Amino acid sequence: MTTETPSKPNRLTGAFVQSVEGFGRGLIDVIATIGGVVAMGLDIFRWSVRRPFRLNNLFTQLDFVGVGSIFIVGLTGSFTGMVFALQTSTAFALFDAESLVGPTVALTLTRELSAVFAALMVTMRAGSAMCTELGTMRVSEQVDALETMAVNPVQYLLVPRVLAGLFMVPALTMLFNTTGMTGAYIVAVFGLGISPGTFLSRTQQWMAPSDVYEGLIKGAIFGLAVALICCFKGYNASGGAKGVGQATTEAMVASALSIFILDFIVGMMMH
Amino acid sequence: MGPPDSPSAPPASTGSKKPMIDIVDLHKTFGSTKVLTGINLTVPAGSTCVILGGSGSGKTVLMKHMIGLLKPDSGKVIIDGEDIVPMSVQGLQQVRRSFGMVFQAAALFDSMTVFENVAFPLRQHTSLPEDAIREKVRKRLELMSLKPEVENRFPADLSGGMRKRVGLARAVVLDPKVVLYDEPTTGLDPITTDSVDEMILTAQKELGVTSVVISHDIASAFNVADQIAFLSKGVIVENGSPEQLRESTQPAVQVFLQTWFGKN
Repeated sequence: MTTETPSKPNRLTGAFVQSVEGFGRGLIDVIATIGGVVAMGLDIFRWSVRRPFRLNNLFTQLDFVGVGSIFIVGLTGSFTGMVFALQTSTAFALFDAESLVGPTVALTLTRELSAVFAALMVTMRAGSAMCTELGTMRVSEQVDALETMAVNPVQYLLVPRVLAGLFMVPALTMLFNTTGMTGAYIVAVFGLGISPGTFLSRTQQWMAPSDVYEGLIKGAIFGLAVALICCFKGYNASGGAKGVGQATTEAMVASALSIFILDFIVGMMMH
Repeated sequence: MGPPDSPSAPPASTGSKKPMIDIVDLHKTFGSTKVLTGINLTVPAGSTCVILGGSGSGKTVLMKHMIGLLKPDSGKVIIDGEDIVPMSVQGLQQVRRSFGMVFQAAALFDSMTVFENVAFPLRQHTSLPEDAIREKVRKRLELMSLKPEVENRFPADLSGGMRKRVGLARAVVLDPKVVLYDEPTTGLDPITTDSVDEMILTAQKELGVTSVVISHDIASAFNVADQIAFLSKGVIVENGSPEQLRESTQPAVQVFLQTWFGKN
């Protein structure tokens, strides 16, 4: 009796088919998530303009997402500004251009880094909490309970969270700009001996209000995306505690990726 | 009692009471799985109907149709004389205000205290002043034999039985016409199960609500039911009083009841 062993080309073909299948499944998941997030976004918009306007819930979320993130965003901003000033001054010193430290830090922060870092901080601090809370409410039937009490869960739970992301990430971006520039000023002026007048006048010379607006627009887009993704993943969680944990992990990865991808797309559109 | 080969047993006699819930030829399919295949059920106002059946028999799906959380493929769900199947979201919201629902794990909002949980429907749907809300919440908690001290506790600090009581207090705080119970005794010890049965009977007696209980707990069903509908494979195979069910010749019912009465 002979036993047939799969030939080498067959094994290779099998592995190739498996990897293509895996890629296809992943792609379908991504498209399904994007579709789900967009559909949920439209639903949230519809319910956000309907009465009753739940201002209490909105202010609670504004407080949680915005006020609660002030410390961490402020701290991250100041250290980013400080380290950025330190590193750029070393490079600029090579061709006697230390006077450009201020505008370089300012342009990088206002156009790019502040919005990206503020959104990442909100994702980690508030987005994860949003996803876990909604997921726990879903698996413990609290969302169903709202529905049976004639309270629309989209309007009650999701609208305030998404609006909070939309409004507060730009505000935190502005905070990041401020603390980042303060940190850069301290390092440049007190640590590296750059004249305060040079630092400020050069920054003013190279900066335009449109640089700040660009960052704020990006902040609003990132805030909306992060809140929508975290709400979508949490609201559709299933499978008990493990399912909620998995949904939160997926929400964090998808949010972080979406921030970088959107940053590139929006940056390209603006320039 | 319905003939064994009928798709769904005819409704039990409703007597002189008008029907609060009337389900007519209800069908529901998920993908290729037929979950409900022609349900007919009438629940008279002010009575307690237990829908009994094993896991996966379609009990929860049937209950979700009663409150409009699911739309059937065909059939009617008539609540207090009005078919809710063709209703819009706004219409359904209105109908749901006449329902209270007690969930298997109570589904209390864990970020709120007991008081805030019970007051929640009042704050959402009435413009009562805070004093009146406090008074009403206290009365409902008292009716469920809960002391005022529990008002400031969070759901995580309550026992399973107490959570169920708070869940029912919340379900009846808007004086609904119908209270739905989703497997209220699952996972409870016999003494707590008795107290939950007592709670269901109290709600019916004191508030005159129509109760629909989804359960696979035979002892509890016989304790609280005026009418028992036995659901098997998406069809009601028996529908009648507890005594009528006990004498059923349906094989599915006999097998199910033997698990309890065979032991006692």
